[in-house]
Amino acid sequence: MKTWIAFWNILVKDMRAYYLKPPNISWGLIFPLAWTLMFFIRSGAGLESVRELLPGVMGISILFGTTSMLAVTLTFEKRGRSFERLLLAPIPLELLMLAKIGGAVLFGVANAFVPVVMAACLADLGGVAWGAAAAAVVLVAVSSALLGLFVAVSVSEVFEAQTFSNFFRFPMVFLCGLFFPIEKLPALLRPLSYALPLSYGADALHEAIRGAGRLPPWLDFAALAAFCLLLFLVSLRNVRRKWIL
Amino acid sequence: MDAAIEVRGLAKRFGDVAAVAGIDFEVRRGELFGFLGPNGAGKTTTINLLTGLARPDAGSVRIAGIDCTRDGKAAQHLMGIVPDESNLYPELTGLDNLCFCGALYGMPRREREARTRELLETFGLADAAGRKFAAYSRGMKRRLTIAAGIIHRPPILFLDEPTTGIDVASARQIRGLIAGLSRGGTTIFLTTHYIEEAERLCGRIAFIVAGRIVRTDTVENLMQPLEGRRAVEFTLDGAAENLAEDLRAAFPALEAQQVGPGRLRVTSARPLSIGPLVRFFEDRGLAVGEARKVRPSLEDVFVEVTGIEADRMRAEREKPAGAAP
Repeated sequence: MKTWIAFWNILVKDMRAYYLKPPNISWGLIFPLAWTLMFFIRSGAGLESVRELLPGVMGISILFGTTSMLAVTLTFEKRGRSFERLLLAPIPLELLMLAKIGGAVLFGVANAFVPVVMAACLADLGGVAWGAAAAAVVLVAVSSALLGLFVAVSVSEVFEAQTFSNFFRFPMVFLCGLFFPIEKLPALLRPLSYALPLSYGADALHEAIRGAGRLPPWLDFAALAAFCLLLFLVSLRNVRRKWIL
Repeated sequence: MDAAIEVRGLAKRFGDVAAVAGIDFEVRRGELFGFLGPNGAGKTTTINLLTGLARPDAGSVRIAGIDCTRDGKAAQHLMGIVPDESNLYPELTGLDNLCFCGALYGMPRREREARTRELLETFGLADAAGRKFAAYSRGMKRRLTIAAGIIHRPPILFLDEPTTGIDVASARQIRGLIAGLSRGGTTIFLTTHYIEEAERLCGRIAFIVAGRIVRTDTVENLMQPLEGRRAVEFTLDGAAENLAEDLRAAFPALEAQQVGPGRLRVTSARPLSIGPLVRFFEDRGLAVGEARKVRPSLEDVFVEVTGIEADRMRAEREKPAGAAP
């Protein structure tokens, strides 16, 4: 019980102190809106293309929201040494990291549904498998947040966190099938695509929203879950190795 | 076993540097134990090893009988930790910071809110409770950081340089609070490089230099060899080069030490005659403004035991802006 009091309060503190601040809320609104408009205009198609663009915009909104926020807030707390308070608290490291990731995951999930609301105003979203879409959103948010954690453990300055995040985020946008099908990528790059968790998240979203996934849904979810577990274990190991000297 | 903290053969290296080189000590329950040494001696590394923020290369740590070497988290609910930097959350208010720290130790909402109000009163911060931590003065930040360390009423408290870098009034208030906690039965592990602070507060003291403990004893026992010594501090109207050396040459039974500009401390194991010394100064054109008998201090013991000049400790003490014990 005591451990869960700590878990809940870390999560609530992060939400209040970081994620629910006006600049971050506006980031969560403006960023998906800008991406949606950009791809909508670029496609040159009518409103019928909104549904086609939706999985990609949702994926990109989650990816950019979660990785940035977690990497930056953790690096900020590490620099100010307030993160030491959490390491010294009598809660298991696994639960502590889950609490820190939890805020970013909720932020990512909220970001993902901003384009959904906008799309619902512009196009008919009937026939969407909402359960599968929600599961995919959560798993993409968890894996993206864990990538943010991976970045946070690897850097010491806030600006480094941003730079390092972009180092893999931008290539992921083009390699993961969010907007360009993986099959259309050069053969040399395709194996790289399947080594990235977002490829499976994008495929699951395309399947849930458009019924146009290329892999069986169970494979997408299994791969995403495996990536989440692997990233969590690697991040825990890195935290123990680098932050508990 | 009545030990709150038991350390055996504790060692930690960072690359080629032995930050802590196989130290042993015990802190008894309810004791206020001072850990004294210059900057870089290994004080903070020792605290990190004791509290689970660092892993030892060798040795063992037991906190209230719990082996922390195997499970660093096992004893953390018994500890309060005040780091050498005031590391609360700048974006939270004083009140929210304390409530959050209480929650980290699993305190239910009502209990932590009541305790927060009590601590804000005790530490004189009630009026600033709604202000963000970032807007606090250095002394206020230090007080709130100490309050955060004891929010869950820990039986063992680690204080790392609690008065470094703060004004005289805040330092005095913090020393009073530490003494009060000690009287209330809290075991306190205090690291400091303010020798006078340790002398005033601690029951027992360990001197650590270059990662090794060179002496551990009660303040009384540490001071005993110096009890028979007489020391007089002269304030001179003027200055002369090599005055201490000249005085030692003229009076081989005496020890002389420059303790500040125009200030010379003369120490003797036997009764000290002032007259010849005054004449010695006057012969060199130096008028004696004041001659003051001084009692031997822990600083003298520290200098004798560690070989580190008091001047170096003093210089370190002056480093943080506005610092004064």
